[in-house]
Amino acid sequence: MSGYFSDLITGSKSLLVGLGVTLKALVSPVVTVQYPREKIDVSPAFRGHIDLMKDETTGTHRCIVCLSCMKACPCQCITVEGEKQEGVKGKVLTLFTLDFTKCSLCGLCVESCKPHAIDFSDEYELAGFSREEFFYDLLKRVKERA
Amino acid sequence: MDTMQMTLYDVLRMVIAFLLVITIVFINALVMGYLERKVAAKIQRRWGPMEVGLQGWLQMVLDGVKIIAKQLIVPRDADRVVFRVAPLLSFTPVVLPFLVLPFAKNLVGRDINLGLIFIIAVSSINVLSIFVAGWASNNKYSLFGAVRSVSQNIAYEIPILLSLLSVVLITHTYSMQGIVAAQGTVWFCLVQPVACLIYLVSATAETNRAPFDLPEAESELTAGYHTEYSGFGFSLFMIAEYANMFIVCAVATVLFFGGWHGPFSGEYLGVLWFLLKVFLLMLTMIWVRWTYPRVRFDQLMNLAWKYLIPFSLVNLLLTALIVKCI
Repeated sequence: MSGYFSDLITGSKSLLVGLGVTLKALVSPVVTVQYPREKIDVSPAFRGHIDLMKDETTGTHRCIVCLSCMKACPCQCITVEGEKQEGVKGKVLTLFTLDFTKCSLCGLCVESCKPHAIDFSDEYELAGFSREEFFYDLLKRVKERA
Repeated sequence: MDTMQMTLYDVLRMVIAFLLVITIVFINALVMGYLERKVAAKIQRRWGPMEVGLQGWLQMVLDGVKIIAKQLIVPRDADRVVFRVAPLLSFTPVVLPFLVLPFAKNLVGRDINLGLIFIIAVSSINVLSIFVAGWASNNKYSLFGAVRSVSQNIAYEIPILLSLLSVVLITHTYSMQGIVAAQGTVWFCLVQPVACLIYLVSATAETNRAPFDLPEAESELTAGYHTEYSGFGFSLFMIAEYANMFIVCAVATVLFFGGWHGPFSGEYLGVLWFLLKVFLLMLTMIWVRWTYPRVRFDQLMNLAWKYLIPFSLVNLLLTALIVKCI
């Protein structure tokens, strides 16, 4: 018999507290994002596939064809080619491709890039129907953005 | 000739009442299914159904179409006839109480002088249908669900009856209209707060709603007594569950919350007040469902036998004493 009424009182109190919690949740805003129709900003720490960054001052990429990203890549998924051109100091980038099917997003290429020419993109809608869709021509992409 | 006309009128009146009642039962299931999903979603801070129609209001209609189109599967070792009869048996008793519910002053199927007894008697057939369904499925989960439902209903029907009786002691009538008429000035939830609370708790248990949904505890018994039902058999059980909610909330409205009484409730407009009160009570039941976890079986029995029944007995005795003295 001991605790009969105290059980009743503490029990009822905790039930009311519980109802209060759900009532608060009922009137607070919904947190679900209706994905295909609305999107939220990607976190700056997000690691997408790498992309050539556009330099705002020159309007083009900053790659100096040092090939350090190619050497740093443990998956050998980056191919960089350049050539000497008349009147230009250093090499000029002619090809920069990424085989994203092999990439493990380790970020060693981004770390090794001294002129900070490559960085992670914030693209996450990357579904495709064929393997070839994931062979990216990053030089073409940066020119399209320019 | 005169008596002949009376009977014809009565038959016509009952047919119309029955058609309306069945319409109400189905529409109620649609509305409540939608509300339940929406409220559950909002409590969990989701959107709920949003795709079909504005705010997803057509979702339940489409679900209904889908469920009707489904195959009716009867398990090989089930008792075929009884298995098929059980959903109908659960549907029939939830339709009948609507006939005596006073929706408004002049809007009631038939105001019989034993209305309350009629509702309680008919709606207790529901537990029989659950037991029949569980037994006929020939499946251990279904049988466990059915057995739980029976023991739960036996435990909780006593506090329901005792709490309703303490109201009847004040009104001196079992007629639903009579009980509503007695609440013209003050609602009985203020006169009988303990009985009201006991009734609401036991009614939740009686309709097998969470946190007392042990007969269909999905984490233990897959779906309890309706595990083996598909298509329309299943949906009849769901419609019956929502109609049952409507009935217990309507009884609570009539007995404790003043029925159709409210400002501007004339001959017929009281129906709006009645439905408003019923739906507020049903929303509370949904709110409770998405707040509390399921109780254990011993806790369920403890609540009924150690708390609800003694309290309702004391309340009944006190009411009797006070009524006698006044």
